Amino acid sequence: MEAVTKLDPVIDIRGLALSFEQNGQRTDVLRGLDLAVEQGEFIALVGASGVGKSTLLRVLMGLAAPTAGTVQVHPDPAAERPMALVFQDARLLPWRRVWSNVAFGLEKTSLNKAERRKRAMQALSVVGLADLAERWPWQLSGGQRQRVSLARALAVRPSILLMDEPFSALDVATREGLQDELIRVWRQMGKTIVFVTHDIDEAIYLADRIVALGGKPGEVKAVRTVDQPRPRKRGSIAMQDLAALVKADISAEGAPQRDDWVI
Amino acid sequence: MTRSLLNRSLPAIGLVAFLLAWEAAPLLGLAQRSLVPLPSELPAAFLREVKSGIWQTSVWLSLSHYTMGLFVGAGAGVGLGIVTGMSGVAEGLLAWVNRVLRPIPGLAWVPFAIIWFGVNQSGAVFIISVGVFWIVYFATHGAIRSVDRDLIEVAKAFGFASAPERLIKVLLPAATPGILVGLRTALGQAWMAVVAAELFGVTGLGSRMMQASSLLATDIVVVYMLTMAALYGLMDALFMFAQGRLLQWKP
Repeated sequence: MEAVTKLDPVIDIRGLALSFEQNGQRTDVLRGLDLAVEQGEFIALVGASGVGKSTLLRVLMGLAAPTAGTVQVHPDPAAERPMALVFQDARLLPWRRVWSNVAFGLEKTSLNKAERRKRAMQALSVVGLADLAERWPWQLSGGQRQRVSLARALAVRPSILLMDEPFSALDVATREGLQDELIRVWRQMGKTIVFVTHDIDEAIYLADRIVALGGKPGEVKAVRTVDQPRPRKRGSIAMQDLAALVKADISAEGAPQRDDWVI
Repeated sequence: MTRSLLNRSLPAIGLVAFLLAWEAAPLLGLAQRSLVPLPSELPAAFLREVKSGIWQTSVWLSLSHYTMGLFVGAGAGVGLGIVTGMSGVAEGLLAWVNRVLRPIPGLAWVPFAIIWFGVNQSGAVFIISVGVFWIVYFATHGAIRSVDRDLIEVAKAFGFASAPERLIKVLLPAATPGILVGLRTALGQAWMAVVAAELFGVTGLGSRMMQASSLLATDIVVVYMLTMAALYGLMDALFMFAQGRLLQWKP
C-alpha cells in the first residue's frame, strides 16, 4: 500500500463560467474551466486576446464574480496576503514617490510609516531599484516602472503572484531582462505565480506548466508541462517544438485535450 | 543694450508709456478733466484713504468677505462635486436641479441675500459663495469622474474597496489638478462677487467705490480698483505657490 500525501492545490478552480450582460445581450467569456495550481508552481496562461485570460485573473483577485463554478484558494500560511496582482501597464500612482507606490498595499496593514517604508525598500532592493526610491513615477523608464509594480506586489508578501501580461508593452531587451529577473525572484521567494501572456515563447521560457486557453467562450484547451531545466535556452529546438504544440492547442477546434503532455 | 535686456524691459516701457498717455489725455483735450483722474493724483488719494483708516478697514472687511465666501462656496462645491462624481444616484437626482440653478448669476441672488441675511457680512458671504460654487462644483465633479478607472482597480486589488478608501487613496489625489484649476478660476471670480456683494451696501471695497463715485471722486475709485488688482495678484501668487507644493509630482 502506498501512502499518498498530497497538499491541497493552492488554487483550485472547478467548472468556472463567467458571462456578463450588456444592453440585454449575454456574452460568455469563460466556460467549464477547471484548473489546479500547486504550491510554488509557475503557471502560464496563454491564449489569444479576448479569450478571457485577464478575466480569469480578475476572478481570482475578487475583482470579478464568476457566474458558475467554484474558486478555492489555499494560500501558503506563511504569506501575509493570499495574492497580489501585477498589471500590464504598471499602473503606478503618479502622485506618489517610487517607495510610496511600493508601500501602497501595506497601508491596509497595521504597519506604521517607518515599517512600511522599510518593507518598501526591501522589496525595491529585490528588484534592484533601491536607489530610485525617491523618484517620481514619470522619471522612470517603462522597464523600471514595471519593476516597481512587481515590488509593490511583493511588498505585501502574497502567497500567489498574479501577473497580467506584465512585460508585453516593453522592448525585447528589457522584456528578456525582466523575465530572467522574475525567475530569480520566484526562486528566491518561493511564491506561486500565475502569469498571463499571449506570447507563447515567453510562456515556455518562464513556466513549469502552460495552460492553453482557446475558443469562445474561453476554455482550457490543453495543459502542457515544460520539462526543461533552467536557465532555459531561448529558441532551442525543444522550445520551438513545444511552441508549435501550444500554438496548435490555442487554435484547436472542438473538444479540449485534457491530458497533460510532457515534453 | 543687448537684445534680451530690451525684451525684458518691454513690459516696463509699456507701462510707463501707458501712464504717460493717461496723464496726457486730458491735457490734450482727449478726455474731460473731471471724469478721468490723473495717475499723478493717485498716490495722494491713496495716502488720504490710508490716513483716515478707511482703506485698511475696507481692505480688511473685503478680505474677510472674500475668504469666508471662497471657503464656504468652494467647500460646498468640492464636497458636492465629490458626492455626484462618485455616486450616479446623486448625480441623477441633482441633474435637473443643477440645470435650473446653474444659469442664475450671483447678482440675481442679491434680493434673497438681503431678505435672508440682511445687509451684513453674512449676506455678502452668501453672494460670494454662490458666485464661486458652480465653478468649483463642475471642476470637481468633472475631475472625479475622469479619474482613470485603472487606478481605481489598483486600489481595489490592494484591498481598498470601500468608498472612503477609494476617495482618499485614489480619487482625491488623482482629481487634485482638476480641482485646483477650478479653484484658481474661483479665486478671480470671487473678487467680482465681492464687488457685487458690497455694492448693495455691505461695508468694504465695493461700497467705498460706490460712495466715491457718487461724489465724483474718481481718483478714489481708481485707488480701490488697483487695490483689488493687487489683492488678486497676491492671492493668485499664494495659490500658485501652494499648487506648486501640492503638484510637485507632476512632470
